[in-house]
Amino acid sequence: MVDFFYNTNLGIFLLVTLEALLVIVLLLVALAFLMYADRKIWAAVQMRKGPNIVGVFGLLQSFADFIKYIVKEIVVPAGADKPVYFLAPMISLVFPLIVWAVIPFADGWVVSDMNVGILYVLAASSLVVYGVIMGGWASNSKYPFLGALRSAAQMISYEVSIGFIIIGVILSTGSLNLSDIVRAQDGNYGFFSWYWLPQLPMVVLFFVSALAETNRPPFDLPEAESELVAGYQVEYSSTPFLLFMIGELTEVVFMCAMISVLFFGGWLSPIPGLPDGILWMVGKMAFFFFLFALVKAITPRYRYDQLMRLGWKVFLPMSLGWVVLVAFFAQYHLFGGAYARWVVGG
Amino acid sequence: MGITAVAFYLFALVSVVSGLMVVISRNPVHSVLWLVLAFFSSAGLFVLLGAEFVAMLLVIVYMGAVAVLFLFVVMMLDVDFAELRGQLAQYLPLGLLIGVILLMELGLVFSQWSFAPGHVAARAAVTPEGVTNTAALGQLIYTRYIYLFQASGLILLVAMIGAIVLTMRHRTNIKRQDILEQIYRDPAASMDLKDVKPGQGL
Repeated sequence: MVDFFYNTNLGIFLLVTLEALLVIVLLLVALAFLMYADRKIWAAVQMRKGPNIVGVFGLLQSFADFIKYIVKEIVVPAGADKPVYFLAPMISLVFPLIVWAVIPFADGWVVSDMNVGILYVLAASSLVVYGVIMGGWASNSKYPFLGALRSAAQMISYEVSIGFIIIGVILSTGSLNLSDIVRAQDGNYGFFSWYWLPQLPMVVLFFVSALAETNRPPFDLPEAESELVAGYQVEYSSTPFLLFMIGELTEVVFMCAMISVLFFGGWLSPIPGLPDGILWMVGKMAFFFFLFALVKAITPRYRYDQLMRLGWKVFLPMSLGWVVLVAFFAQYHLFGGAYARWVVGG
Repeated sequence: MGITAVAFYLFALVSVVSGLMVVISRNPVHSVLWLVLAFFSSAGLFVLLGAEFVAMLLVIVYMGAVAVLFLFVVMMLDVDFAELRGQLAQYLPLGLLIGVILLMELGLVFSQWSFAPGHVAARAAVTPEGVTNTAALGQLIYTRYIYLFQASGLILLVAMIGAIVLTMRHRTNIKRQDILEQIYRDPAASMDLKDVKPGQGL
């Protein structure tokens, strides 16, 4: 049996497919409840009740919404470029999903343990922008197009600073593999041996950049209900719209996973002595999702020129300077080698 | 046929077909999208060669940045497709001529192509045993050829500054936002409370 799954073509194919299905199915079910949590937290901040009708405490609200979306009629605008119009939502769901292949949920629990994991993440998340541009253009309408242009500019701008922040982490680890990055954070002091302490300024920058990259409030300018109605999604309805929504939320949860892996020790336990495992990883992701939801509730929307200024004139120089600084610290083993943890080859 | 062979033929077929579609598709935006697909399948071919670093860079740089820029430009262009189609017959002979000349030149080159002795061994030993090609490339670029790398970076910097200098215009009658001035604006200086009596106005 083991021989079949590890040595024959069909066995390897089946194994990889099953692993991918397991991750995707669990992720999508989790998304339903995260969507509910997002709305509940938002409601709690504004002293509302939030969804509370469908199921106990409204727990099944997301499933009701899901059914509502898929049984609605698909409206295609006249003059829309049909193939591109329907390709766009698929792209914006598929690329956020395939990124999960390299996320380690526990030691060795990863679909593809590739040695250029970080680059794969950057590559796949840089393709999400195509879904947005194609959706906006194919709708053949003014507001979606404006929304798409805004969104693409915003996503490209903040990808740059996210890239530099990640380079700081890579310099400390000496590896592009996400599992190696987590292993490098394993130390005697539990919570305090993780990367958040030596890389503290970058944790804040990464969190804010992640908000901008995923078009979450306060940087939700592409959707900006009051100006653009809903940006590139205006002309979408029914299932295609649902795909856009799930894609966006997947990206948000993925950013939570990235923060946990890069700065907060992934599956490692914060208290020395307690066993490591997937529960820590899930807990950390849930915590950062809570922060994302909280930020959505308590911040007003940025102005577009301020957003661009923040990305190019503040975050980019700061993260670039930090890369130089970390390279210096790591090369000369300063601060007790906190910046040079080449535990794994490199 | 192993999984690798299937993947190779899939990626090769997709990249050739999408390359063809870039040329023959009627809508320029579709052309760019096919181009993106061609890049993507070439990246797949690189992965099959064991050059995963180059593959990821191809996706990040060409698909994530260059093709997005193309797409922006093409979408913004106000192109009259009917007019373009009308000019096809006019430019067809010239295009065919260039194509034939290129094909003949390639034929000349490949008929004269000769392989150095021991080229197979040189090809197989791309990276030393136990070193990933990311680490090997890093060693080459940032350690062994660091001065050449820095020099090429400087050339790019000069080109960038040159482009900015050439296109920058100083316009005087334009309104600009000064963020610091906005932040440090004082309510006392910019606001004046007036007590308006009923029936009088200001």
